[in-house]
Amino acid sequence: MALSTPSSSSVRAAETVRSGLTARQSDPFGRAFQVSLWVAVLATVAILGVLIFDVVTHGWGVLAGETGDFLTGRLGSQPENSGLGQAIRGTFYIGVFVVVLTFPLGIAAAIYLEEYAQHGRLNSLISVAIRNLAGVPSVVYGILGLTIFVKALGSVTGPDANGRTVVSAGLTLSILVLPIVIITAAEALRAVPNGIREGGFGVGATRWEVVRSHVLPYAAPGILTGTVIALARALGEAAPLILVGATTGFLTGGESFLPDSLRERFTALPIVISTWSGRPGEDWAASTSAAIVVLLVIVFAANLAAIVLRNRFERGRR
Amino acid sequence: MAVTTGTVSADDKAGSDPVFELSSLEVFYGEFRAVREVSMEIAEREITAFIGPSGCGKTTVLRCLNRMNDLIETARVQGSVKYHGVDLYDAAVSATEVRRRIGMVFQKPNPFPKSIYDNLAFGPRLNGVKKKSDLDDIVESSLKSAALWDEVKDRLKSSALGLSGGQQQRLCIARCVAVKPDVILMDEPCSALDPIATARIEDLMRELTSEYTIVIVTHNMQQAARVSDRTAFFTTEVNPESDRRTGVLVEYNPTSKIFSTPDDERTEQYVTGRFG
Ligand SMILES: Nc1ncnc2c1ncn2[C@@H]1O[C@H](COP(=O)(O)OP(=O)(O)O)[C@@H](O)[C@H]1O
Ligand SMILES: [Mg+2]
Repeated sequence: MALSTPSSSSVRAAETVRSGLTARQSDPFGRAFQVSLWVAVLATVAILGVLIFDVVTHGWGVLAGETGDFLTGRLGSQPENSGLGQAIRGTFYIGVFVVVLTFPLGIAAAIYLEEYAQHGRLNSLISVAIRNLAGVPSVVYGILGLTIFVKALGSVTGPDANGRTVVSAGLTLSILVLPIVIITAAEALRAVPNGIREGGFGVGATRWEVVRSHVLPYAAPGILTGTVIALARALGEAAPLILVGATTGFLTGGESFLPDSLRERFTALPIVISTWSGRPGEDWAASTSAAIVVLLVIVFAANLAAIVLRNRFERGRR
Repeated sequence: MAVTTGTVSADDKAGSDPVFELSSLEVFYGEFRAVREVSMEIAEREITAFIGPSGCGKTTVLRCLNRMNDLIETARVQGSVKYHGVDLYDAAVSATEVRRRIGMVFQKPNPFPKSIYDNLAFGPRLNGVKKKSDLDDIVESSLKSAALWDEVKDRLKSSALGLSGGQQQRLCIARCVAVKPDVILMDEPCSALDPIATARIEDLMRELTSEYTIVIVTHNMQQAARVSDRTAFFTTEVNPESDRRTGVLVEYNPTSKIFSTPDDERTEQYVTGRFG
């Protein structure tokens, strides 16, 4: 039988191959894993969505101008006459301090650690120390700021305000996020393929020429991401600001964007948000939500700027 | 001394001073002695090939010739490497100046992630060439000497990473030539390339010997036999003081001799394929 029907046996062989090749089509664990990944993503997006929806709907009335000049007004005792002018100004200057001090200092430190320093014991000790600093709770930095910038250097940071100024706040938060900038920049530098460095050295470039012309441009997108994360963190911190004496209630001055007002008393958005959220009544709650929206918009704007810059840099790297 | 083989005639080279003189060169990585007692002279405008089994220190010795080992923190060099009579490891010698004269092409093509033009202009710009027309000339002539001009002349502004592997390696050779070095060191320049790209680069090397001294590391014995004038065979020996193997120079002779009547039995075993 088998001999007289060779085709049937070859059909059977093909069946065996087919059943072999189509086995294990179902991959229940892989499926389950994929589904759980989806759930994780959806949950994250949903939480974020609910949060944004909630603050926008609550704060909309205030933002739409029902209560007057909310974005430019001063802090007040009633929700109707309270505005964010002083808080936005404080947060703006904190951002300026971080950009001007922490970015260059942190990137320079990372370049030194990765490109120049000997990768010996001391270097790894310093790296571990920086990593630990990044994990220190922010109140501790607040105490550092209080001790150094408010008390010890008060005559410099704000002689008429006992040192409780936006200068002290900016310096404190700059130190707070410095480790983050160093760590992320160092990681971005470490990800630069060594062949690029060798190519540069191979045609007789000095270390600085290699770093400036090849290593930094390649690492720029990664460095940028780290710096924006650090900036967002600084803009959102409240605890250290309370310790360096941010004003929670009534504030005279502290609203001019002119540099000579830097040594006046100050407040900032996270402080205002946490203070207002503790006050009773629907109106305060609405103002709180509106303030949260303003802070979110500022942070998103910083992220957007980073994305645009990042795309520019990445185009240069192709 | 000046016995030359291969396709280059020996006459015009007789009596010329060596470019490199290595004496009792030893290289350590930390405590580990990677190569020991390497002494040899490398002649001008010749192709010298380093062959030998993996891990015998070919790359290590090559990277001593332009102080590329300085970039490895654990590396330490003993003995001397003289370049036209000057000790490269003298404290007064600048590694940067050494590398401007002694260029390097690496095992893996490593173009900068920039345009083809900028890859080639980088070195000349470091040397102070600023005028656009001068840079254009250098870019064109170095691409021509790397036999790449016709393939890329219409897309000099596009990214070097868009080139094929063989083109990228020729670009790296062109980048090296663009700074007008005296010597070109090549570390297995064809190991990532297909046979056609390899043949092109081998032709290129032969052409470049009219102007340059070339030292090439290769794991491909046919390649050494095809292109080089002299061949150095390295192998590993068990260390007396540890169980790690240290690289040694076994034999250094004209290539034709290495591949026909080598002096050392280990060379013969290696080139006839009876040795690992
Ligand atoms: N950066 C390094 N650090 C430590 N050991 C190294 C390093 N580079 C090479 N070696 C060791 O030195 C020896 C010689 O390596 P190498 O010169 O790369 O050999 P080859 O190029 O002949 O294959 C090997 O044992 C290798 O493991
Ligand atoms: Mg090698």
